[in-house]
Amino acid sequence: MADREERRFAEVSRDSVKLMAESAGVELGDDVAALLAEDVCYRLREATQSSSQFMRHAKRRKLTVEDFNRALRWSKVETVCGYGAQDALPFRSVKEGELFFTDDRDVNLVELALATNIPKGCAETMVRVNVSYLDGKGNLEPQGTVPTAVQSLSDDLLKYYQQITRAILGEDPHLMKVALLDLQSNSKIAALLPYFVYVISGVKSVSHDLEQLNRLLHMVKSLVQNPYLYLGSYVRSLVSSVMYCILEPLAASINPLNDHWTLRDYAALLLSHIFWTHGDLVSGLYHQILLSLQKVLSDPVRPLCSHYGAVVGLHALGWKAVERVLFPHLPAYWANLQAVLDDYSVSNAQVKADGHKVYGAILVAVERLLKMKALSLSQPAEGGSGAQPGSVVGALGYRVSSPGLSPPPEPLSEAALGIASHLQAGGAGCPWEEWTPVPLPAMYCELYSFFGDSLAVRFSTGPGFGNYPPCTLTQLGDARKDPPGSASNPDTTRKMPQLTANLNISPRQDGSPRTDPPPPSLAATGSGRSLGRSSSSTSSMQRSRSSSSRSGQRSAGLSRDVFPKARFTSPQTGPPVFSFLIGGRQMGRRCQGRRPFQTTFGPTQPVSAIPPRAYAHKLPVIGRVGKPVRRWACSHYSLHLPL
Amino acid sequence: MAAVQGGMVDTDEEKDIKTEPPSDGCGNNNANDGRVLSASPASSASSGSNKSAAGAPEDQQTLLAVLQFLRKNKLNESVEILRREAGLPEDLLDLKAGDSSGTGPGGAAGSVDEGGDASSLLSRVTVSSSGVVQAPAKAPGEDQPDVNVVLSAYSQQGDPSLYGVYYSGLKRFIESVLDCHRAELSQVFYPLFVHMYLELVYNNHENEAKVFFEKFSGDQECYYEDDLRILSGMTKKEHMRGNETLLDFRTSKFVLRISRDSYQLLKRHLQERQNNQIWNIIQEHLYIDIFDGMPRSKGQIDAMSGSLAGEAKREANKAKVYYGLLKEPEIELPLDDEDEEAENEEGKPKKKKPKKDSMGSKSKKQDPNAPSQNRIPLPELKDSDKLDKIMYMKEATKRIRLGPDNLPSICFYSFLNAYQGLTAVDFTDDSSLIAGGFADSTVRVWSVTPKKLRKVKSAADLNLIDKESDDVLERIMDEKTASELKILYGHSGPVYGISFSPDRNYLLSSSEDGTIRLWSLQTFTCLVGYKGHNYPVWDTQFSPHGYYFISGGHDRVARLWATDHYQPLRIFSGHLADVTCTRFHPNSNYVATGSSDRTIRLWDVLNGNCVRIFTGHKGPIHALAFSPNGKFLASGATDGRVLLWDIGHGLMIGELKGHTDTVYSLRFSRDGEILASGSMDNTVRMWDATKAFDDLETDDFTAATGHIHLQDNSQELLLGTYLTKSTPVIHLHFTRRNLLLAAGAYNP
Repeated sequence: MADREERRFAEVSRDSVKLMAESAGVELGDDVAALLAEDVCYRLREATQSSSQFMRHAKRRKLTVEDFNRALRWSKVETVCGYGAQDALPFRSVKEGELFFTDDRDVNLVELALATNIPKGCAETMVRVNVSYLDGKGNLEPQGTVPTAVQSLSDDLLKYYQQITRAILGEDPHLMKVALLDLQSNSKIAALLPYFVYVISGVKSVSHDLEQLNRLLHMVKSLVQNPYLYLGSYVRSLVSSVMYCILEPLAASINPLNDHWTLRDYAALLLSHIFWTHGDLVSGLYHQILLSLQKVLSDPVRPLCSHYGAVVGLHALGWKAVERVLFPHLPAYWANLQAVLDDYSVSNAQVKADGHKVYGAILVAVERLLKMKALSLSQPAEGGSGAQPGSVVGALGYRVSSPGLSPPPEPLSEAALGIASHLQAGGAGCPWEEWTPVPLPAMYCELYSFFGDSLAVRFSTGPGFGNYPPCTLTQLGDARKDPPGSASNPDTTRKMPQLTANLNISPRQDGSPRTDPPPPSLAATGSGRSLGRSSSSTSSMQRSRSSSSRSGQRSAGLSRDVFPKARFTSPQTGPPVFSFLIGGRQMGRRCQGRRPFQTTFGPTQPVSAIPPRAYAHKLPVIGRVGKPVRRWACSHYSLHLPL
Repeated sequence: MAAVQGGMVDTDEEKDIKTEPPSDGCGNNNANDGRVLSASPASSASSGSNKSAAGAPEDQQTLLAVLQFLRKNKLNESVEILRREAGLPEDLLDLKAGDSSGTGPGGAAGSVDEGGDASSLLSRVTVSSSGVVQAPAKAPGEDQPDVNVVLSAYSQQGDPSLYGVYYSGLKRFIESVLDCHRAELSQVFYPLFVHMYLELVYNNHENEAKVFFEKFSGDQECYYEDDLRILSGMTKKEHMRGNETLLDFRTSKFVLRISRDSYQLLKRHLQERQNNQIWNIIQEHLYIDIFDGMPRSKGQIDAMSGSLAGEAKREANKAKVYYGLLKEPEIELPLDDEDEEAENEEGKPKKKKPKKDSMGSKSKKQDPNAPSQNRIPLPELKDSDKLDKIMYMKEATKRIRLGPDNLPSICFYSFLNAYQGLTAVDFTDDSSLIAGGFADSTVRVWSVTPKKLRKVKSAADLNLIDKESDDVLERIMDEKTASELKILYGHSGPVYGISFSPDRNYLLSSSEDGTIRLWSLQTFTCLVGYKGHNYPVWDTQFSPHGYYFISGGHDRVARLWATDHYQPLRIFSGHLADVTCTRFHPNSNYVATGSSDRTIRLWDVLNGNCVRIFTGHKGPIHALAFSPNGKFLASGATDGRVLLWDIGHGLMIGELKGHTDTVYSLRFSRDGEILASGSMDNTVRMWDATKAFDDLETDDFTAATGHIHLQDNSQELLLGTYLTKSTPVIHLHFTRRNLLLAAGAYNP
């Protein structure tokens, strides 16, 4: 048989035949087995060849088990049962016996027969006609789109659909609860799934109505929790809708009275739920979500509420996501946030309040990151990759190949599908940075440098921290003068600006933020921050440098680069004018009024001169009313994510 | 040459064609299924002496060989008895014995005989059969292998190790000849290769066979790839048993067309080299159709070759075909004021209709190429048929004149939620109903007009209605059963073929379960199950005049049925593999069948003869369409090509390249200007049929060889490519006003 290796077809080996014979209680000699094996091969090929004609006549491209069985039947051979399923059968192997077999589970027939929740989703076969080409010209509908009535609904399904949507989107909260509950447990609504998904994708049209958005999110939750629904590729669409609620500067958030923060928190929670329960249905979903969040985070043009959404989204996806996306971006982002928070002008009050929200969210996220990271260090046995960051403090700059909580990295080239516009198409314009994990102590140092004592998680920041000195000078390749850690350098630590800080009207309240002088603290503390980065990872070093004291140079940092240029969000029209649209009234209400930022700036200023703190991008919206402080202080606590 | 081909060969040919016993018109001529299916000469040989002469031609050859054997052994009485019992004419035997006794097995090889060669040829057979070079003089005992040669096609054998040497010797020779001959002689390679390989396998030289295959399989033309794949799996003598494809290859002759000059070259070479092995195969398994004139070019050869058994013999396409249309029965068009009434309701019988039939006025001249009106008895037109004809003519007046500048609109009927199960589709001629055959054994009929489908009331209810009332036809319908869709249950396997009767009262469906079922569209029940194929029935179609229908299946025969006969009227046997599609000629006198042996055959319904064999496709044929004027045939195959044929002259006249996957449907527009093709590649393409047919140079037809040179003008003829939405196009239909309807299952 050795001389047949050139053949391109499968062979049944002599050993297999022998094994089969043994299992039937027959002992076969070598020569007999060889003959039999050859004949079996031939018969198999013959059956395969004749099965192909059943495929051809069924006008299919795919050869099915059914085709093969027909061929067997016509050649008077017993058919093979139990392989008709559409899904691929997973092969399992037994090492010792070199056996491969498919998992043949016991089926409880009684249970199956008495099951009451038989899915009834199969739609009726039907014929639909459409005029495709008129007079041989033109396609009346775009190519490749799905015919609209792929699934037709029976009357009762249609009624159900109408009732449910009416109940959920209607006024009666009790009815809504009932509807959601049913949506969660009904086993017969598979055919309606596309319709519900379509309804949910309507989030974009109700972005002014928090209540409706909430209801739609509840609908998502119910669908996701329904054990009888196979979401399939609809996951992508659902995720897209949820992401919309997390990230978009919703029209509802114009009014500071609206508690859109809670909505974002809830959506983030939902996102994590979808992801952890259904994330495996769409490949590359994790990375697409991360990319979207990263893009929002690094886009200074976006309003703070979007950034908030990105942070809670990352938080919801787990500490790995935070470590991977938020943490590297923190230095760059921090400067902008700092600028907002440091601006005590009355006109900035609202933005500043938003900034505090973001600040709080970041704080919660990084605290959890620190905690989890510490936990993973202390329990090296738990999760292979979790143990790695701690164990190799010395080996800086290695890559985590399999983040414990996240799916294995995938090539980021999958384009987002269809309506999933909210998922970032991988790699498009937003290069995935090489990511190097930072050892915990260094991370802590850096975070401490940002948050100071606001960090609830405390590690000893002294040289004896844990078993590993956090960031000793010896580890740092470059000769930074500043001692690491905030403890030794308390004056440079950026403290969290207190909410109660005086809301001084800045001297130039009539001017734009761009004219604010750079805060002195920034230049002084910049270097301390960069110390936290591992020395061997050049990319992160670059980034931290760029955001460091030489604030004038914007070299490498992605976010920093776009920051000053892109902050003119409003439809600016060529000439270097700068105008306030709404000034007077709001200005008069000192301390309350949020500064209206419908401003148009001419790009008159040299880009390099803009101080990083000039965090000037705002919602391009007119007519905000003042937002009471207690309100968002209260919603601050909504950021609890039980992950 | 013709003289040489006479005698034995001709009789053989006739027998070959007339496998069907002579039939009297359309009487029920019960066919013998068993005979058709047991085609192996070997199996029937033991009892061969008892068989009637009307058996397969191979049987007759066997008989002749046995007779010779008896005669040689001076068993004259036995000879006489056997001859009488078999009903063989004496002169036939004499001719056989006297002229070319040695070529008994390869009777058709007589075409290459040239008188004096006979004895030497005979010697070659015997020489090679014993494997040793011997003198021409032969002992009586040595004739015994003759019989065996017949009984088992490959009993002779040379030195197995020399096969490769022989083959490569021939290869070297053919490569060294002049260019003009090389292409022609290269045709020999494939059949030779296959037969040599099979000989090796048959004689249990497994290893030599493998080596031989490895060495030379790469040389073969790419379109034989599928066959080679089958061959490659076959390494044991036991495998050959039961493999129908190979059985056919072994027992039928591979036909080659070679010019006389090229053939002489080959012959001289083989004789000089004493290359008996190859010469034997050429003698026994090849039919070389020699023509006088210029050798053909490679392109010409490639266009025609590719079928399982080589090209068609020229003789096979010589028979006269009456491809003209029958005269339409004269029906007076009602005046305009009556239009309303006619359009109003078909069900209403029209009283004013003049009772004029085909014997009416002779305003239309009889087409000279048309068969006589009653060559095939056709059912008489009923009133409702006439009404329908009137409707048809009215619609025809509103028909859009199509052309390259005026392409039809396309409506696509998408089958949704078919879960890959749609296997066949048909429209009624008036496009009011659509039927789908499904893999789950069901047949579903939809009404595509607002008119719902209704059943006839039950017998008890029918008794209650007033039979004299004007709207009795309306009253018999049960309003309660009105629905858009009716599902017909009855088959026990996927439904592969489906066809509406022209009067829309019946529906035929053919299935994997081996039956064809006739359904009533009045009661939506099954009326008849036609059994006979015993294997999957791939296709079926009603005659354009109703009553008759044709079916073709895995048993390699096509059958002609009449709806009121439970057994077939004709069995068209001759294809070497499954009959995959069947079509009636517009005049109902002929049927065309496409097969997975990659040939198309045209059969005469009257006498069951095969009147045309078209070769040129490189894959199983899945679509056929006659042009409305009956002169041309279009065929589509898995190779994605559409070929056009002139029926009258039996020639390929066009090749339309463009599709990238199997062509599953073909349809000419009502006036024949446009050919639409639908394919698995999710496109509908339209071709300029007028141009394709007009561009023919009539000189080519008159050329004796009939080897026309095809221009590669597919791109000029292609009028448009129309994409569907991931829906393979499995059926096309032109409405009476020339709107193109396409159908397929949406395949997400």
